[in-house]
Amino acid sequence: MRLDVKKTYKLFIGGKFPRSESGRTYELLSSKGEFVANVCLASRKDARDAVVAARAAQPGWESATAYNRGQILYRIAEMLEGRREQFVEEIRTLTGATEKQANQEVDAAIDSWVWHAGWSDKVDSVAGSMNPVAGPYFNISTNQPTGVVAAFAPQKSSLVGLVNTIAPVIVTGNTIVVVASQSLPLSAITLTEVLATSDLPGGVVNVLTGKESEMAPWLASHQDVNALDLEGTSDPVDLEIRGAETLKRVVRPGAFSRTGSKGSLQQILAFMEVKTVWHPKGH
Amino acid sequence: MFEYAPAPESRALVTFQSSYGHFIGGKFTKPSNTYQTISPATEEFLAEISTATAKDVDLAVKAARNAYEKVWSKLSGAERGKYLYRIARIIQERARELAIAETLNNGKPIKETRDADIPLVAAWFFYYAGWADKLDYAGLGANPKAHGVAAQVIPWNFPLMMLAWKIAPALAAGNTVVLKPAETTPLTALIFAEICQQAGLPDGVVNIITGFGQTGADLIAHKDVNKVAFTGSTGVGRLIAKQVAGTNKKVTLELGGKAANIVFDDAPLDQAVEGIINGIFFNQGHVCCAGSRLLVQEGIQDELMKKLKRRMETLKLGDPLDKNTDIGAINSKMQLDKITKLVKLGVKEGGEAWAPNCEIPKKGFWYAPTVITGVAPTNTVAREEIFGPVLSVLTFRTPAEAVAKANNTPFGLSAGIWTEKGSRILKVADQLNAGVIWANTFNQFDPASPFGGFKESGYGREGGRHGLLAYLKGDN
Repeated sequence: MRLDVKKTYKLFIGGKFPRSESGRTYELLSSKGEFVANVCLASRKDARDAVVAARAAQPGWESATAYNRGQILYRIAEMLEGRREQFVEEIRTLTGATEKQANQEVDAAIDSWVWHAGWSDKVDSVAGSMNPVAGPYFNISTNQPTGVVAAFAPQKSSLVGLVNTIAPVIVTGNTIVVVASQSLPLSAITLTEVLATSDLPGGVVNVLTGKESEMAPWLASHQDVNALDLEGTSDPVDLEIRGAETLKRVVRPGAFSRTGSKGSLQQILAFMEVKTVWHPKGH
Repeated sequence: MFEYAPAPESRALVTFQSSYGHFIGGKFTKPSNTYQTISPATEEFLAEISTATAKDVDLAVKAARNAYEKVWSKLSGAERGKYLYRIARIIQERARELAIAETLNNGKPIKETRDADIPLVAAWFFYYAGWADKLDYAGLGANPKAHGVAAQVIPWNFPLMMLAWKIAPALAAGNTVVLKPAETTPLTALIFAEICQQAGLPDGVVNIITGFGQTGADLIAHKDVNKVAFTGSTGVGRLIAKQVAGTNKKVTLELGGKAANIVFDDAPLDQAVEGIINGIFFNQGHVCCAGSRLLVQEGIQDELMKKLKRRMETLKLGDPLDKNTDIGAINSKMQLDKITKLVKLGVKEGGEAWAPNCEIPKKGFWYAPTVITGVAPTNTVAREEIFGPVLSVLTFRTPAEAVAKANNTPFGLSAGIWTEKGSRILKVADQLNAGVIWANTFNQFDPASPFGGFKESGYGREGGRHGLLAYLKGDN
């Protein structure tokens, strides 16, 4: 008889898989109450390291062509499809979902990556504009990513909620620090293995596992975070107030549905800035 | 140098009432808790203005709610649009009077109110009037909805223009509004209330309440407000962002700036000088998007500074009602003190301040156009918004250094680029973190063009289709 090799579940920061610098873990139990794994209990220092990695990766990811970003997001869908059985199993272990339900969730997650991938080179065509100003000027409004986004994935969703949190942020050139669901983190950790094999530059997506309530205040008040997605937070009012100190863009919990195979253009635009450029028309 | 003969605009074309109440539910209330509003150029008394208490705020919000539920939300977009067209036309008809009133109460030159402020006010209403029956094309899908009652708080630097930026899109989208003008510049907003009456606008669709910061805070905090729009300082913007946390209120904030105006060594220098002058001395520098940090490429610094100083010597400071005046009065004693303090600090930290010789009137609040050279990026005058006619000069060697210095600020409202090289304009414009970028021009505004900032300059856009989105909600 052969003993199977179990996985160590780690964080994902700057394209690498470190353990928490704090050396802490928490015990993850299945829906039946059985031990599943010791998962990293990330610290505020891990959160800060993740912001540094996200900031470092942001200019490069933004300057990648939209075509390139779209292909990478599509590649994530391909990699996810290839690993679907692992996701189905992990979802079932933690939530007690039936095989059919778990498969539906994975289907939606894969399709959502595909849906978002296609937006990379279309957002500006739809949401930008040439503006007919009353004077001899060329005037154009385009959309630019906000920068570094700190996000909190929905607590009650394993995979699809996480994908619908990450994809709309990164498709346009933002980078993200995302805190996974505390009780359902396995899909998030396995997703990092998908991301690491999808040509996604290190640092574009950084995933932390642990207590949302422990890390959130530090991320919300971090000076180098530009926007907050507070979906999976337990005290969003306090976090919005902290974010206001540096006038972060804030998506409040419940603003967007995260369960479907399609996202929302408004959610993508919530993490973008409109830039308008004027130039005289002369000769 | 030529001397100009006095060319004063006629003060007699404007008659203010001796005192004003609030405009609530289509009627002016009896004046109460009054303070005096003055002309900052002469310190002449203009009118008694009421201070709205929390109770007045409540009455105004109730009037707006009532008008929203019973009248405004039931009108078709086409009919709402026709009211806005009417308002636009009346503003055009009364443009000269409004320009004089604005100049009297604000201190800015008549040529600016006559040629920029008031024409833009009319244009803003005309532009958004046309949106009222086309909301399905705003970008939120079919049948987007208004929020309801909008609370709007505006600053003193472009009093009527800021009112237009707020009220026109709000009404076009189907909201009703309660607007508070700045305490030092309430008069054109109160004349606008009369214009609403002349246009036959249904009672309560527009409510104007006057007062100080507390009135604005009470208005924004009111439980029955659905949408908050604020233009003003980043400090107050922060407080508002905290105050609305945990509510369902939608917020747009248009806050401070510290724009870089970048001049490359291949720039058309005479045009650049005009752009720099316009960028920082337009409206006495009381402009959130003012080009207050001049970034000049090292090789042309001496030549550019010589031209700039020569041009500054021709600026005419004085009576704002004179049609030849370039630089009017500082809006208030408080603002004058702030500018004076910051420039002193700039000199103390190592900068060298220079101003042309110009005669400063004895009465009123004045500050000569000033340029500070030898400024380091860490100096206060390179970091903080001065909101006055004061230009800080920094240098750079390479485009990458220019971009790094330009972006080295918590603000991100606007920026300027001066170069003859098209590809450089496009690349630098891509890299600058600012909501509005003027290349080979500066301080251009148009109702069709979105305006607003990145980072701590706030969020949301005003102007254009994007500006309409702030006042609508769709299905997410």
